[in-house]
Amino acid sequence: MSDILKIKNIRKTFPGVVALDDVSFSVARGEIHTLLGENGAGKSTLMNVLTGLYHPDRGEISIDGNPVHFTSPRDSLSCGIGMVHQHFMLVPAHSVFENILLALDNVPNFFSRKIYKEKIQKLIDEFDVDLDLETPVWKLSIGAQQWIELIKLLMRDCQLLILDEPTAVLTPQEAERLFSVLRRLKEQGKSIIFISHKMREVIEISDRVTILKKGCSLETLNRGDFDESKLASLMIGKDKIPQWQKNLQMSDEIVLDIQNLSVRNDRGLADLDDFNLLLKKGEILGIAGVAGNGQKALAEVLTGLKNTSQGRIMAGEKDITNSNARYSYIAGIAHIPEDRKTIGIAPDMSVDENLIMKSFKSGLFRNWIFQDKKAIRRNAAEKIEQFAIKSGPDGTPVRYLSGGNIQKVIIARELSEHPAVLVALYPTRGLDIGSAEYVHKVIADGVDRGMSTILIAEDLDELLKLSDRIAVMFRGKLIGYVDPRKTTREEIGLMMGGETPGGAE
Amino acid sequence: MKLVIERREISSALLRFSAPVASIGVALFVAGFLLLASGVSPLAAYKEILIEALGSLYGLSETLVKTTPLIFAGLGVSLAFRMQIWNIGAEGQIYVGAMGATWVALFSGIQNHWLMMTAMFFAAFFCGGLWAGVAGFLRARWQVNEVIVTLLMNYIAILWVDYLIYGPWKDPKGFNFPLTAQFSDTARFAEYFDTRFHSGFFLAVFCALLLYLFIERTVWGYEIKVIGSNPKAAQYAGMNTGMAIFFVLFLSGAIAGVAGFSEVAGLQHRLQHGISPGYGYTAIIIAWLAKRSAIGVVIVSFLMGVLLVGGDSLQLLWQLPVAFVYAFQGLILFFLLASDFFIIYRVKLVKGVVNG
Repeated sequence: MSDILKIKNIRKTFPGVVALDDVSFSVARGEIHTLLGENGAGKSTLMNVLTGLYHPDRGEISIDGNPVHFTSPRDSLSCGIGMVHQHFMLVPAHSVFENILLALDNVPNFFSRKIYKEKIQKLIDEFDVDLDLETPVWKLSIGAQQWIELIKLLMRDCQLLILDEPTAVLTPQEAERLFSVLRRLKEQGKSIIFISHKMREVIEISDRVTILKKGCSLETLNRGDFDESKLASLMIGKDKIPQWQKNLQMSDEIVLDIQNLSVRNDRGLADLDDFNLLLKKGEILGIAGVAGNGQKALAEVLTGLKNTSQGRIMAGEKDITNSNARYSYIAGIAHIPEDRKTIGIAPDMSVDENLIMKSFKSGLFRNWIFQDKKAIRRNAAEKIEQFAIKSGPDGTPVRYLSGGNIQKVIIARELSEHPAVLVALYPTRGLDIGSAEYVHKVIADGVDRGMSTILIAEDLDELLKLSDRIAVMFRGKLIGYVDPRKTTREEIGLMMGGETPGGAE
Repeated sequence: MKLVIERREISSALLRFSAPVASIGVALFVAGFLLLASGVSPLAAYKEILIEALGSLYGLSETLVKTTPLIFAGLGVSLAFRMQIWNIGAEGQIYVGAMGATWVALFSGIQNHWLMMTAMFFAAFFCGGLWAGVAGFLRARWQVNEVIVTLLMNYIAILWVDYLIYGPWKDPKGFNFPLTAQFSDTARFAEYFDTRFHSGFFLAVFCALLLYLFIERTVWGYEIKVIGSNPKAAQYAGMNTGMAIFFVLFLSGAIAGVAGFSEVAGLQHRLQHGISPGYGYTAIIIAWLAKRSAIGVVIVSFLMGVLLVGGDSLQLLWQLPVAFVYAFQGLILFFLLASDFFIIYRVKLVKGVVNG
């Protein structure tokens, strides 16, 4: 096998930061090569170097043995390197066909739609992808949008495809489809650089894995030489993934009783359909399910962002159906929003101000109509120390903080009122292992204070590790509960596909 | 040699403060060429502006007279900007404010001076507020773009005032001029030093202080800032964003409306055609230059006042068209918006070729 891409001793610095220190690796033709590393290990910078967005300070990139210098993304595209970004570069109002056409060079001013359509359709058929060329992009699921990005690159005849966490937005079935397409591409001799956090996927699909740590390429392992714990230990430098103690003496007191809840979305479809859930005091209840089966709606209803169309939510004796976010908060439901930067923070405001976003009206931070700046500062100093938030100089706007620290700000705020119930929707998404572990610890610590947590996560490992019970959702309905100590992945997997446990149905 | 543009990690406070000053400087420089093209020496013209606007008690008083409505309108606009709501209808709000105050002055029959002024104030306040409130309601309820609504309502307001002064409110003893009758003394601000300088200025500065406290210190100001920074986060934190949008646009229009009250009670003493020569549009520039700060609005309004008064004398002395002042204002805004680029990015000259 010949190497399509070879990278030697790449170094890239930004003012005050060494993003890449010394990175070397190579990708062979017809290989799926995974880059693995914590957030901040330099994966994104490396990809930006490869696609010509950044110029390395030092080092050498060669394609098919010839040294190359990219000055713009166009250069790297013309060398056959294409990338599917985490955030898709699509025009929502345009059709699939128009979006693909937009990415092509050398389309004549007068062209036959038919010829191009046939070409694209051929690719679509070849990979057995479900995509209608005339549909506007905004109507498509995230998974389908990813196909468009991929087809764009194939139409350009890219030989090296870079996929940046492609499965982060996909359901397990969609991810399976993606993998089978990737394998077929590999058979055709194309090379793929795959970036992911999810160990099981990495092990399933990769021919080789290169581990990045603090801007250096640590080691490249061949298939067969790596397993989950080996990769994890190389990545985080610890040998064992810690397990949390399960809560054994769970009380039977019910803190939240969701009865026959139905919620419709903007398109009039049922996000939650006759959904029932019981939450006990002091437990961590994991919610498993393929993404898009109502988890987000559940979190939004509980935190008051969405209204119900049917059913009741009882907090003890109190009916909190159709409450607004504030009222939910009084009932003690907090929420670590799924998308930190969109709904979690006010990015232009300081850490101090963000920490009081939910309690700014309470007497603690207020004198009559005026804010008590001293109390706000004191509160912030306390929280910054308690949660080890790296916040920069006083008054620094929150948007300058790293993802992990922003998440800490949100958690500190959500937990500061000692809520009875915490709703955590994908709380560790996009965090590196260190920060994710910290989040897990905070959630687990809440149990000691009698807090109950509804943990909605996509990663089964995370659910199995943290939860006292796991509830499985399918198409907006509760399928059943399982005990994480006794269940198997297979059992949960079947339930996520809609089969009721024990074969009863 | 190559120019490299990179994002600054943190823009320093000094930089953010100096950018408006620098943009005025560059605007002065470029406007100099306009002056040269008209055959006027820029230095002589700028000197003339300063002397005319600041060099005498009369000049200073005239400058403050122009500054007063600009402060009110600038405060109103900047309050809405603070929440990322774009109220560009201050002009119309000044007109309806003036209309409300005039109605009270002419037809209420109040005899007591303080009672009269208070009633006129609130009439202007509510008229301006409701005028902008329409846009606020439409925006909060149906996501109607407030820029369009506030802008178009300017024309309605100005034409409505025209209708009144050409029709029902026309002074019977006014020789058919489009004017209302003069206000009685109960409906006038006190004037000082035998000039046109009136108490409206003090009211404007007082409003600025109040608004500063409101935004920087109160719970509501905090709420406005959170909504301005991220409306979704605000909603998630339990804030009623729709209500806040309506409230802020109402208050924004109300303060601009008070400018109308100050103009009719302090200066014109009647309602007439063209009571505002575009103060509401200048207010947009002021709000941007002031970086949306209430205290900044007072300072920038004063500078604009200098420009307006000085510009008048350029017309007299060198027959320069009034458009020069507007061109200059436009240049300032233009360079100010451009300066934002330099606040966010850093431009470096790098020696040698960067990587190929």
